[in-house]
Amino acid sequence: MAKHLLGLKELSKDEILKILNLARDMKVILKSETKKTPHLQGYSVVTLFYENSTRTRTSFELAAKFMSANTTSISVQTSSVQKGESLLDTIRTLEALKTDVLIIRHSISGASHYVAKNCSFSVINAGDGMNEHPTQALLDMFTIKERLGRLENLKIAIIGDIYHSRVARSNIWGLGKFENEITIYGPLTLIPPYIEKHVKIATSFKEAISDKDVIIDLRIQLERQKKGFITSKYEYYKYFGLNDDIKDVINERTLIMHPGPVNRGVEISSEIMNLPNCTIEEQVTNGIAVRMAVLYLCTRKEGTLI
Amino acid sequence: MILVKNANLLDGISDEIKTVDILIVDDRVEKISKEIDIKNPDVKIIDANEKLVIPTLTDIHCHLREPGFEYKEDIRSGSLSAISGGFTTICCMPNTKPPVDNRAIVAYIKYKSKEVSPIEVLPVGAITKGLKGEELAEIGFMKEEGIVAISDDGRCVMNSNIMRNAMLYAKNFSLPVISHCEDMNLSEGGQMNHGYISTILGLRGVPPEAETIMVARDILIAKETKAHIHITHVSTRESVEMIKKAKEWGINVTADTCPHYISLTEDEVLEFNTNAKVNPPLRTCEDVEALIDGLKEGVIDCITTDHAPHQKDEKNVEFSLAPSGTIGFETALSVCWTYLVKNKGFKIAHIVKLLNNNPRKIINLKPNIIKEGHAANLLILDPNKEWIVNENEIISKSKNSIFIGKKLWLSIDTVIYNGKILKEEGVLNC
Repeated sequence: MAKHLLGLKELSKDEILKILNLARDMKVILKSETKKTPHLQGYSVVTLFYENSTRTRTSFELAAKFMSANTTSISVQTSSVQKGESLLDTIRTLEALKTDVLIIRHSISGASHYVAKNCSFSVINAGDGMNEHPTQALLDMFTIKERLGRLENLKIAIIGDIYHSRVARSNIWGLGKFENEITIYGPLTLIPPYIEKHVKIATSFKEAISDKDVIIDLRIQLERQKKGFITSKYEYYKYFGLNDDIKDVINERTLIMHPGPVNRGVEISSEIMNLPNCTIEEQVTNGIAVRMAVLYLCTRKEGTLI
Repeated sequence: MILVKNANLLDGISDEIKTVDILIVDDRVEKISKEIDIKNPDVKIIDANEKLVIPTLTDIHCHLREPGFEYKEDIRSGSLSAISGGFTTICCMPNTKPPVDNRAIVAYIKYKSKEVSPIEVLPVGAITKGLKGEELAEIGFMKEEGIVAISDDGRCVMNSNIMRNAMLYAKNFSLPVISHCEDMNLSEGGQMNHGYISTILGLRGVPPEAETIMVARDILIAKETKAHIHITHVSTRESVEMIKKAKEWGINVTADTCPHYISLTEDEVLEFNTNAKVNPPLRTCEDVEALIDGLKEGVIDCITTDHAPHQKDEKNVEFSLAPSGTIGFETALSVCWTYLVKNKGFKIAHIVKLLNNNPRKIINLKPNIIKEGHAANLLILDPNKEWIVNENEIISKSKNSIFIGKKLWLSIDTVIYNGKILKEEGVLNC
């Protein structure tokens, strides 16, 4: 049975910790001069991205290369998908091409589950619609643990477009498995129904961000304006962005995180991005370590990883 | 000649079950009596001891996909699926290709049905040309060819003025307007019910209000026009409340719901099961309870299958790309039996009304009853049979049943229509 990482919803606390602990070792390798391990030698790792990406795709590819895998990346824009090939047939083709691990990003929620149900290789979800982006949440958790020394008893705020955000969902499921208090805030048009079963919804921006250990700020897609979710980037910045006016509300020790790519001056100000406890670049580096750990675990015969 | 012995008969007239013998000669019921003995060796004797005999069923909302989508279903395969489920009068919706928006297509369906279908197939005509919601179709001409109602099913007539005119115009021809209620702005992009599960799965939701708002609109138009509006596949608690109010006001409104809305919830979608993708979407426990109460109180008049076949490859795709719909003929009666009679104590006579008497009244058909001198249309049922819905045993050309793997009660052993045995001991015979 191939092992998959489809989401954090399905993972246990122990499985998450196992990945994070292994990622710590991987980070040591990453910092070394040679940056090479033989763990994935002989494995064929394919990235299939139906949506644009810089950091996630590169991060996965580098992670696989550092572990000596053979990597191929399929870009939907130049593949047979443009000729109308279905995802199912693409999977069949990749199977015939002897793929061992597929890293997939897709605009439809559940797409990676669908692939996993229909293939014999390992599937790693690199983002499916609004559902999950498990490695992003894992690298966020890794960063929090490394910086603050723990993953529990934390006050965490997630700010912005929760409704459309797979990053928010994966973080809520992942961080929610530990004893943390998660608060969300954003325009009410972008708060999904019944999310209060899992998190607190703050009634004001100030309440949301003051006295927190971690603030995870989400990217806002400017297209949301067309459907009436937001009014303009200027107004968004004023009322929902981490702007310089509310900078003082943020505790000095609060970690400020963002999954990238950032809209400067929309969801976060340049000044806040420059604060020493803003971890945006650090998250990117940690992402490689976490993805190395995930690739390692997915390709081991023993052990579990859903 | 067929002699059904020891039948526990529910004739569709009285609410009582009588144990009788039923003699069928040619296409008619010749005699119903305590004890009928005939020494004629040509008589086929069916022992219905311990079995239940009820009239055959009527479905006023299904999709036979012909013309245009014969790879999903056609009039013949859909009819066989219907027979297997005990239906002998079925009304097919107009969202074919081309759509049933003119007399020629109605005539085609009528002609084709006569050729290939052993049962009664009654087309529903489109409200608007091309189901576009813009201009009224030639409703009068279509009525001449045999439509029994009009509907733009699958789409909602979003323009309230067009809907108002449709109701008025349909009244000239004594046709009910069957309304698929969905505010298509509110439901845009929606893949399932807007609620807790959609949040968990990151799927866009269709809020219950998308339906209820249009139910309210149609009721208000019916109030003013005094036309007959029939709200189909009701799925929300608030819709039930609206319809209840409308009936109290004396508005000419009728309504139906489907077996899946009274038995299943949004939880079915949890594994991204595309067979559980239906429109309107499966809702919550509260909605299921409200719909059952609505049936109990007579707020909802009947049950339709919304039999919606889709080919396997169309459903085996990413969730958002899958078309909506589940097939329904072959499980409808068993689902009603399991979830209404067994679980909720509904009277058997009530189920017969929901699946036969009431839907017929809505489209102005004569009652289908088991009575001496009347057409011999009856089902022999085994209510004590427990079975699991198995994909390989489905008769329909498409296998997209939301009930696959579910345990149900009651099997339909024998179907007799106009004196012909179309299904015998569980096996189709036509």
